[in-house]
Amino acid sequence: MGYRFNFRDVFAQQDFLLEGLVLTLQLSFVAMALGLLVGVTGAALRLYGPRPVRAVVATYVEAIRNTPLLVQLFLVFFGLPSLGIRLDATTASIIALTVNLGAYATEIVRAGLQAIPRAQIEAGVSLGLSRLQVFRYIVLMPALRVMYPALASQFILLMLATSVVSQISAPDLFHTASIIQSRTFRDFEVYIVVAALYLALALAFRLAFAGLYQVAFARR
Amino acid sequence: MSLVELSHVVKRFGTNTVLDDVSMTVAPGEIIAVIGRSGSGKSTMLRCINGLEPIQDGRILFDGAVVNDPQTDLRALRQRVGIVFQSYNLFPHLSVEKNITLAPRVVKNMSESEARELAREVLRKVGLEEKIGAYPDQLSGGQQQRVAIARSLAMRPQLMLFDEITSALDPELTGEVLKVLEAMAGDGMTMLLVTHEIGFAKRVASRVVFMHQGRIWEEGTAAETLSAPRTQELETFLSAVLH
Ligand SMILES: Nc1ncnc2c1ncn2[C@@H]1O[C@H](COP(=O)(O)OP(=O)(O)OP(=O)(O)O)[C@@H](O)[C@H]1O
Ligand SMILES: [Mg+2]
Repeated sequence: MGYRFNFRDVFAQQDFLLEGLVLTLQLSFVAMALGLLVGVTGAALRLYGPRPVRAVVATYVEAIRNTPLLVQLFLVFFGLPSLGIRLDATTASIIALTVNLGAYATEIVRAGLQAIPRAQIEAGVSLGLSRLQVFRYIVLMPALRVMYPALASQFILLMLATSVVSQISAPDLFHTASIIQSRTFRDFEVYIVVAALYLALALAFRLAFAGLYQVAFARR
Repeated sequence: MSLVELSHVVKRFGTNTVLDDVSMTVAPGEIIAVIGRSGSGKSTMLRCINGLEPIQDGRILFDGAVVNDPQTDLRALRQRVGIVFQSYNLFPHLSVEKNITLAPRVVKNMSESEARELAREVLRKVGLEEKIGAYPDQLSGGQQQRVAIARSLAMRPQLMLFDEITSALDPELTGEVLKVLEAMAGDGMTMLLVTHEIGFAKRVASRVVFMHQGRIWEEGTAAETLSAPRTQELETFLSAVLH
């Protein structure tokens, strides 16, 4: 009951915390970029690819969305070496996070593309535009606008979920926290600080995404 | 020579035969009103003419080119055939100007300034020059439809297809759209228009085509066909739309 908080020892390790924070950010940004790429490709294949390819993409999406990220991460980091593929913790983390986000992004992008009425596409085709031009000038922006909120939420969820990489000792924010905890024995304080940092990151992401939305979809 | 020629066109959706041995011609400058009950194949016929729908049998010619030949460059053809739909189908994320200039810019590589001038010109034709900076959702249905017409005109088509373009509008707005069509008729545009506006068809169309069960059931000059129908089906249809 009479617990006395003492943050001094934790804050003494701020440089160390910062290193973890930087890796968390790096993992998030790289996985977002790659995951979005996988998502757009996956959605295009799922919608317009040959039948067997569509089935493969659908299977990928369902397999990923119905298994824990932690298990996916362990498969990459501990499983692949059995096939002779040995990865360092950071690389394995990026792969697992990308594969995971890619599945969710595929579904989000697909829904966004499907939300564009066929009549819009026909109007473009009737004006003599090519399929690619129709996609680029008529489908893309309205579809992005539809998928944006879901995609932004998914990106933030991914940023928070990067904490699982501490389980394979990738030195992210959460892993750093557990090391500081073992050095200072200030468990409560460490995790309060870490929670506050994740919260601050998530809020910053939300703000950034809201700003980006204004820039990207403002009427000119 | 005719601008459009359909000969023995058959169009099926699965086992449903929607166009059943349809033949007709459209001469340059002609204005043809296509009438008929819901489901009689009017929209489908228009969509086959600009190659939006493939056909199963017969032949469609536009200005000498076979529309249903896989070798035909449909993109080039569609630049010369404008189509306007009942639901306007303006691009919601683009201003009126960009809606109009998109195709001239990306399909015809027109310069920005030239395209803007073109947008002004076609908007003047539909009486909406002051709306050049507006977005579709800031316009009434009638105004949106007039922008859609202007967008088609910007490609300088030789043929315009109109599919019930006033059906979603109340009478007042219908009037302003029909006025634009009349002006286009005065300019000598070749037009094929699906419409329920019998009075308008009588006034403007040179010919009327009545479709029934996927066939051209009856056709002839607007005056004769609409005032003295030869078939029971057309008579029934006319009394239904007029009352
Ligand atoms: N994409 C499609 N797939 C399957 N059937 C279709 C398709 N488009 C139209 N049809 C069918 O073709 C028939 C003719 O349709 P169409 O739209 O050409 O009629 P319409 O004369 O334009 O009718 P309306 O006055 O209601 O617009 C209908 O039976 C319709 O159900
Ligand atoms: Mg129709």
